[in-house]
Formats: sequence, C-alpha cells, structure tokens
Amino acid sequence: MNLRARTLALVVVLLLLAAVPPVAALLDQPFYLDLFRRIMIFAIAALSLNLILGYGGMISFGHAVFLGVGAYAVGVLSHHGIQSGYLQWPVAIVASALVALAIGAISVRTSGVYFIMITLAFSQMLYYLGISIEEYGGDDGMRLTVRSQFPGLVNLDDGTAFYYLVFGLLVFFMFLVHRLVNSRFGMVIRAAKSNEARTRAIGFSPYAYRLMAFVIAGAMCGVAGALLVNHTSYLTPEFMNWTRSGELMFMVILGGIGTTLGPVLGAAVLLLLEDFLSGWTVHWQIILGPLLVLAVLFAKRGLAGLLPGGSRDGD
Amino acid sequence: MDPILVLEQTLNGLQLGVMLFLMAAGLTLVFGIMNLVNLAHGSLYMVGAYLATAFFQWTGSFLLAVPLALAGTLLAGIVVEVVALRTLYARDHLDQVLATFGLILFFNELIAILWGRAAIYAAAPTWLSGHIELFAGLRYPLYRLAIILVGVAVAALLWYVVTRTRLGMLIRAGASNRTMVAALGVNIRLLYTVVFGFGAALAGLAGLMAGPIYVVQPGMGEEILIQVFVVIVIGGIGSIRGAVAGALIVGMVDTLGRAFLKPTLATVLSPSAADTAGPALASMLIYMLMAAVLAARPEGLFPARGGG
Repeated sequence: MNLRARTLALVVVLLLLAAVPPVAALLDQPFYLDLFRRIMIFAIAALSLNLILGYGGMISFGHAVFLGVGAYAVGVLSHHGIQSGYLQWPVAIVASALVALAIGAISVRTSGVYFIMITLAFSQMLYYLGISIEEYGGDDGMRLTVRSQFPGLVNLDDGTAFYYLVFGLLVFFMFLVHRLVNSRFGMVIRAAKSNEARTRAIGFSPYAYRLMAFVIAGAMCGVAGALLVNHTSYLTPEFMNWTRSGELMFMVILGGIGTTLGPVLGAAVLLLLEDFLSGWTVHWQIILGPLLVLAVLFAKRGLAGLLPGGSRDGD
Repeated sequence: MDPILVLEQTLNGLQLGVMLFLMAAGLTLVFGIMNLVNLAHGSLYMVGAYLATAFFQWTGSFLLAVPLALAGTLLAGIVVEVVALRTLYARDHLDQVLATFGLILFFNELIAILWGRAAIYAAAPTWLSGHIELFAGLRYPLYRLAIILVGVAVAALLWYVVTRTRLGMLIRAGASNRTMVAALGVNIRLLYTVVFGFGAALAGLAGLMAGPIYVVQPGMGEEILIQVFVVIVIGGIGSIRGAVAGALIVGMVDTLGRAFLKPTLATVLSPSAADTAGPALASMLIYMLMAAVLAARPEGLFPARGGG
C-alpha cells in the first residue's frame, strides 16, 4: 500500500512533467517550457546531491561547484571552437568526476563540521578561480554562442526537443540513483551513514565507498551543469557560488531527504516559490529566508515525507 | 624585493589576521560550547559595519559610534539567538547550516531594504586618517595600525577572560561537558546567550573596523565568513589558540600571496603568463594551504582538548 502510494506519486509527477510542453504550447506560454526545463535541470543536480547527502550522510556544502565545472567544460570547449556535444559532454562528465575525486580525496577523510567547511571552502576556491580567469570572461562570465551540437540525435535549439532530452535524463538518473542505493554499494554507504563503527566492524572501509559516491554525484551534477549552460546560453562563476550550493541543499531537504522523488519535488517547490515571490516583490529573499528557516525547524521530512511510508530509506 | 614593501605587506597581513581572529574567535567559541555551526556569523559582521557607519553619520563622533554599534550588534546577536538559534542546539549540523543559511538571506535583504544594494561609503574619523612614520622610509596608514593594536588588545582581553575569570571557567567547563555544568546548577541557557552575544559583538567589532578599508555592502559578511572557515579548519575547531594561529597564517599567506606571487612568477614565467596565473593562484592560495594542512593533520594544527 505504502509502496503503491509512492509509486503512484512518482508516476503522477513524471506524467505532469511530460505534459508541460503540449500544455505550454496550447496556452501559448513558452515561458513555462523554460521554467520547467530549468526545474528539471536543478532536479538532476539535487538528485546527485541527495545521493551523498541523503543516503551517504555527507553534508556537502559545495555541490554547485560541479554545476560550474560541467558548464565551464562545455563553455571553454565551445569558446575554442569545439561545438560537438559528443565531445563536450563526456569532457564535462570526466572533468567534474576528476574535480570530485580531488575534493573528495581530502574532504571525505574528515567528517561533521570539517566536511561542511572544507567542501564549502573548495567550492569557493574554484569560484574565485573562475572569477580570475579573464580569458573565459572572469567575473562577467561569457556567452555560449552555439549550443552543444548533437548531429543526428537532437537539436538543442528546438525548445521542446531539449525539454524532452532533459526529461529523459532526469528519469534515467532517478532510475540510476534508485538502483545504486539499493545495490550492495548503496547498502554500504547507507550503513556507514547510520553507524560507521558497525560498518567497519563487519569489514567495510567506508572511505572508498564514500569517495566513490562523491565522485558519482559530482559527475552526475556535471551533466546538470552541461545542461544548464545550454539552457541559459550563458556561463558565469555564479553557477558555483556557495548560495547555489545552499539552494541545492534546500531542494533536497524541502522535497524529502533520502527519497527518489524528493529532490524533484524540492527543486520544483523552491524554484516555483522563488519565481512567485520575485514576481511579487524585489525583496523576495526577506520572505524566502524565514520561510526556509521555518521549513527546517518544523517540516524536516519534506514533501515526500508526507506520503505514507516516507521514512523508509531505500524507496 | 624591496624590504620596506615586504614589511608593509607583512603589517597588512597582520591586520587581516587580526580581523579574521576576531571573527574566528566568536565562531569557534559558539561551536565549541553550543556545538552550533553558525553561517549567520558573517551577517553580524555586516550588521556591525552598517551600524557603525550609520551611528557615525548621526552622531558625528567615531568614539560614540563604536560602542553604539557594538551594543547594537550584541543586541542583534541576542535576538537571533533567542528567536531562532536556541532551538537549533539540539539539532544536527545539517539543520543548523540550512537554518542559518536562511537567516543570511534574511539579513542581506533586510540591509538591502534599509540601505540599498549598492556599497555605501564608510569614513574613518579624521584623527585616524593619514599616515604615521614607523621608521625612516616606512609610512603606514594610521587606521590599519589602530586595527592591529585593537585586535591585539582584544585578543589579550579574551585570553584573560577565558583563562582567568569565573565566566571563562564556565565557558571552558561548558565546552568540555555541558550536562555536568548544568547539573552543578549553572544556568546553561543564559550562559549560551551570553557567549553568543559575546561572539556577535566580536564579529561586530571586526565589521565596524572593516568598514573604512573594505567595501560595505549586503553580502560582505559571506566573503570573510568563508575565509574564517579556512582559519578554523587550519587551526582546529573549538580552539582559541588554533583560531589565533590559523588567523595569522591565513592573513599573512593571503596578503603576501596577493602582493608578491605575481612579481615572483614573472621572474620565471613570461609576463603575460604571470599576469594570468598570479592573481588566480593568489586567490586559491589559502585553500591549497588548507588542503595541505588537512592532508597532514585532519584535526587542524591545534585540536581542541577534551570532549569539545
């Protein structure tokens, strides 16, 4: 019964997302196509953060850095005249995996507050690096003049096609995370989260598993970065600003930490709320801030937690 | 390299270190005693800077503006503690990070509503502007020298309070075993509020001194906050000695790196390569230092003793 309710919710959300392009076309509101594409891109990023934060218990406060690395990989290659997405996107994935490996190798050794501060500091380091490289726009960032080219596959300049590409990737990554956390690998990182001493006692060294999860999450977020730069056709160091990392964490928490559907719901809620509030007043953050504080204090289980059976880890 | 220039930049490094220490002391005390990760510490720094600027404009006297701004920041800190943070002590670090992140959004926007989003001009008082000749050939800004002196005095005072007074004894006891301290009849909630207010006032002091030399604008607190995190990670969380060491190291490395990395690189690289690599490397230097320290000593240079 519980499982059925959650599966039903998942199917409903996916059907709603799939229905956005025809509905937006019917209402002649292309704005919604744009908004929901953005939501799904951030949902992929939040999904990847949920893998380490929700299931692995690693409070990474620098996750947006991989959005930046993925975006810069595409942007920099394009800047030098390489427009093929078949090359750009694998480079984005490998680059963000390597950065995640470097950051993770140092930070996963630590835990608790150290981990929070270190991931934040490293993401800030790359943010300043982005600002200081004048060749790639520095502070102002740079335009992506040509979207990634996928000849024979998909044309990203076609809004609807791009939308369904993002949708397909979102579904794929949801499935991937679901399979990962229910695999032996996922069992170990979840076990290490709930009791590290016992995990060691039965013979697992959590470090390698955690680092692997960190790298997978980084690579997945790199894909979101490659999507984001194609979505906005613009690239700035702000992609990896630490407030962006904070927003990603809020998406995970608002939606429901450690659930498959949670990050998608969280990304939708946060971005729709921002859109709604900012249409209402320029000082929308003065409302959003306290709202987020209240959400943390009183609604810790998030939206997915409202569904029956929300406390189970692996669904 | 010109020795006078090196000395001047060393003093600048000391001045940055002193400011970082004032911030780090409050943050590390709050963490050591209440086990609270407070991202909104940078917001209190911002509040201090804005209040001092406003009070200086209203009263026309810097000496009057300083205590008023300190009292204001202390009050702001106590209000934040009582309204929002008190309920967070028992929560895990994730909740604390998220809730204080929400507070940052609130404070930045509040300041933007009251004073606007653009940077405001914060003046140093006339009797602190100008230069002083430390010795032949080295003329140093009087205001920066004053920051160094105030910082050193506050550090000494802090050391005295923590190690030599009854309040300091309670603070140290609270850091090592809060349940026991409460069982002995100490009002631990009041102690927490006092410590938090104290930390807020230190952040406010750093902020009001920063006003005339850095940019006063919404969000100014976060830039220094992340540097302070580096200080604390290097020094060891919860340790005042670590905060002193970390702050001086980070202040020096950052300042000297920004001043001398580019000219040093220019001697081995082409000028254009040094132009690109110098500033980029200089801005990353303290983070690389942090990574190196962590690789060698994951608990920082001076880990806090006991259970804290």
